[in-house]
Amino acid sequence: MSQHEISLTVNGAAVKKTVEARTLLVHFIRENLELTGTHIGCDTTSCGACTVVLNGKPVKSCTVFAVQANGATLQTIEGVAPDGKLHPVQEGFWEKHGLQCGFCTPGMIMTAKSLLEKNKAPTEQEIREGISGNICRCTGYNKIVEAIQYAAAKLEEAR
Amino acid sequence: MPHLQDRSEKLTAKVPEAPVRVDTTEEVVAKTPAKVCGMGHRMKRKEDPRFIQGKGRYVDDVKLPGMLYMDIVRSPYAHAKILKIDSSEALKIPGVVAVITGQDLKAAGNLHYMPTLMSDTQPVLPIDKVLYYAQEVCAVIATDRYIAADACEKVLVDYEPLQPVIDPHEALKDQILVREDKEKKTNHVWHWSAGDKAATDAVFAKAAHVVKEKIYIPRIHVCSIETCGMVASWDKAREHMQIYMTSQAPHAHRTVFALVSGLPEHKIQIISPDIGGGFGGKVPVYPGYVVCAVASLVTGKPIKWIEDRSENLQADSFARDYHIEAELAADASGKLTGLRVRTISDCGVADAAANPSKFPAGLYSICTGSYPLLAADIQVDGVYTNKPPGGVAYRCSFRVTEAVHMIERMVDIMAHDLKRDPAEFRFANFIGADQFPYKSCTGWVYDSGNYAAALDKAMKMIDYAGLRKEQAEKRAKGQLMGIGISSFTEVVGAGPAADFDILGIKMFDSAEIRIHPTGKAIARLGTKSQGQGHETTYAQIIAEELGLPALDVQIEEGDTDTAPYGLGTYASRSTPTSGAAAAMAARKIRAKAKKIAAYLLEVGEGDLEWNIDRFQVKGSPDQAKTIQEIAFAAYTNHPPDLEAGLEATDYYNPPNLTFPFGSYICVVDIDSGTGAIHVRRFVAVDDCGNIINPLIVEGQIEGGLTMGLAPALFEEIVYDENGQNLTGTMADYLLPTAVESPKWELGKTITPSPHHPFGAKGVGESPTVGAPPAIANAVVDALWHLGVRHLDIPITPHKVWKALREHGVRD
Repeated sequence: MSQHEISLTVNGAAVKKTVEARTLLVHFIRENLELTGTHIGCDTTSCGACTVVLNGKPVKSCTVFAVQANGATLQTIEGVAPDGKLHPVQEGFWEKHGLQCGFCTPGMIMTAKSLLEKNKAPTEQEIREGISGNICRCTGYNKIVEAIQYAAAKLEEAR
Repeated sequence: MPHLQDRSEKLTAKVPEAPVRVDTTEEVVAKTPAKVCGMGHRMKRKEDPRFIQGKGRYVDDVKLPGMLYMDIVRSPYAHAKILKIDSSEALKIPGVVAVITGQDLKAAGNLHYMPTLMSDTQPVLPIDKVLYYAQEVCAVIATDRYIAADACEKVLVDYEPLQPVIDPHEALKDQILVREDKEKKTNHVWHWSAGDKAATDAVFAKAAHVVKEKIYIPRIHVCSIETCGMVASWDKAREHMQIYMTSQAPHAHRTVFALVSGLPEHKIQIISPDIGGGFGGKVPVYPGYVVCAVASLVTGKPIKWIEDRSENLQADSFARDYHIEAELAADASGKLTGLRVRTISDCGVADAAANPSKFPAGLYSICTGSYPLLAADIQVDGVYTNKPPGGVAYRCSFRVTEAVHMIERMVDIMAHDLKRDPAEFRFANFIGADQFPYKSCTGWVYDSGNYAAALDKAMKMIDYAGLRKEQAEKRAKGQLMGIGISSFTEVVGAGPAADFDILGIKMFDSAEIRIHPTGKAIARLGTKSQGQGHETTYAQIIAEELGLPALDVQIEEGDTDTAPYGLGTYASRSTPTSGAAAAMAARKIRAKAKKIAAYLLEVGEGDLEWNIDRFQVKGSPDQAKTIQEIAFAAYTNHPPDLEAGLEATDYYNPPNLTFPFGSYICVVDIDSGTGAIHVRRFVAVDDCGNIINPLIVEGQIEGGLTMGLAPALFEEIVYDENGQNLTGTMADYLLPTAVESPKWELGKTITPSPHHPFGAKGVGESPTVGAPPAIANAVVDALWHLGVRHLDIPITPHKVWKALREHGVRD
């Protein structure tokens, strides 16, 4: 299997690694970079647990090869509050009980964060549609929606 | 415009007010101040900071030095002879360490079979035959998960396909034998009955009205977002097996491992770390776990095995799969009198259900539900088919979902047949609030309840009368709108130990609390959270009992080396059992604390009274010792006749189960052209007794409602005639997203359990139990006037479209 050297920026730091052509980005993140906050929940790009932000856009990292991230800027859940100060979306999930087992949570937070960057004041329906690529089996979504509404209000306050 | 014909008469317009019993309340009361954060506080979860920052630690996050990876070769047939397994090409791949077959397990001490939780057996890896599609055939161990997957492709298995038997009714003919290895040459596994057949026959003979229906509750899958997995690490020098495992019941699993493998139990440590959802799917022991542990024993290396989603959906234990025929009887006044139920339980290739041992059909006999029937006759037969084994929960307590769905559908059919409003009909038939404790005709003693209050509240919240009016108006215009009610009775919190055990291990549960000198504490429990928020709720229980701030109480579960023995978390049993144990252990500590306080204050124990977080002298509250002061004294200045320290353990054996209940009302709009179902509103009034943390209870209910919506409208594991799973990925097995899931509207009544130490009941599964019939009843309610009596779940648009066409609606 051919090996490729890739360079990218991960959570603000430059990274250079050699990977097999077939290595999925999610495995590269979890195994090579040892950033295990990004999870794997399916093999059909259905669940969204592996969502990361690649070049400013949320992507499901199980459906991207690591080599495709060469030269890219990547943010994982570990990069959302690097100094320990929670992002409003993280705060919202905690305040509103937007998580239970926590397995879908990192992907859900990455999607929600991207959603709020695109749409500063989403309606409830826009939030529901915005996170419909991420499946949560625990919460029933009410409180995830509330968490994102909380974050939207908090971000608005800060502006 | 659709051509709808209203064949029903007007529903009873007037809905009576429900009588409300005085000890049912709606308000959660917090007795402790916010800094203590005992019961009743909406405390933010203590476990959340790690999860929202990506610092949870799940099994797949465990990485040990020298760790190898396991992948599994699975059967492409549902039934076939294995002629040959050739692993030579696989072993040539650089990085492949071993291929483990059934023969290897047999040689290692007959490990090719294992016991199920119901004392049946199931293959770990087969020797000569595969019995279901996606069955584990052999395992590859390699240095990398990609290499292990490559090697699986290179293992050549010669099969001779055999005719499988997929339908349990066919299986009962015994023309194809699923388990040739069994002494009994039949696919019939067990027969189980409850109630009184003769009494029921007598009731039916006198009945004025009888309704009969076939109801299929299909096979579904919990599909927790984290699949199952293990990291097994055998330390040869220490003769110690350390196992990280996606386990809802780590202690029970340790005992099973010890009994099966012959390894001494104290040499096995099972750690159940953060678990990405369980819902019952992480209760059984799967073949992959056993092979993974054996692989570590054989190679002397840590081995990681993590399922793919497709493996999880195709081979792990399923839930439900009950083929029900029910008859419900009523007298001339419409009073429900009797229930007759015949059910076939499709077990797959093994009875691997996760029921208490004496209950092969679980707690299915709760199926008389919220109604005081005179007699019931319940009979269930377990049948083998060529499908994966199981019969585990899907967020439900031991077959209660099947029971509730059946009775709530039947009651609705009866109400409609008698042209009675379904709400009014339920009010007229409920077990009265003054009848508790209530002994049902199948032998359950319901601890408490106030069914009318819950339904009354749900009706007020949703404006039931207004909805019926709207429905009548819409029906006149040919529009399809339905209102569905479910007034369910749950039964959760097994033990009592006298009746309930898993493989002989009694279903008590445990808590151990240690108070440190500085007034901080650690508590360890025999259960295991998979997202239920135990680190918060247990801390709140202890805070309530001892006045220690919940933030000062560290909760640990899941490590068999440190936690007291317990049966784990499933079937909504944690609060009824370990939660009770935590309160009882705290009360033991308080009893000792009282002695210390009396010594410190130089008064008699009888002079002291407890006040939130301190013992104070009666009539002189300034003279007091806080729990923190007492804790310090327990290690520095304790009474000379008393042991040092401040800790206690409790193994709680509940005197009865708890019986949560609720009433749900669902409103659906149906597109007569496409059959699409829109859940417009859903009001859920739950009563789980006293509430520890309202925020967490809401989360449990909302989550459970979506897991009730899922099998009602979307999820079903489907097999073709060859036993191939047609729904083996998330692309085919449809989980609801935030778009399909409606905005749940919650209400509550509070009727405390009279026997639980702080009046609580389980809650996690009530909504999954109660929601499907509310939704199904709503859909049928919308179609009843056209002549539709019943639709099996999942009620897909196609089923509705078909039913509409069959009943003359063309557009």
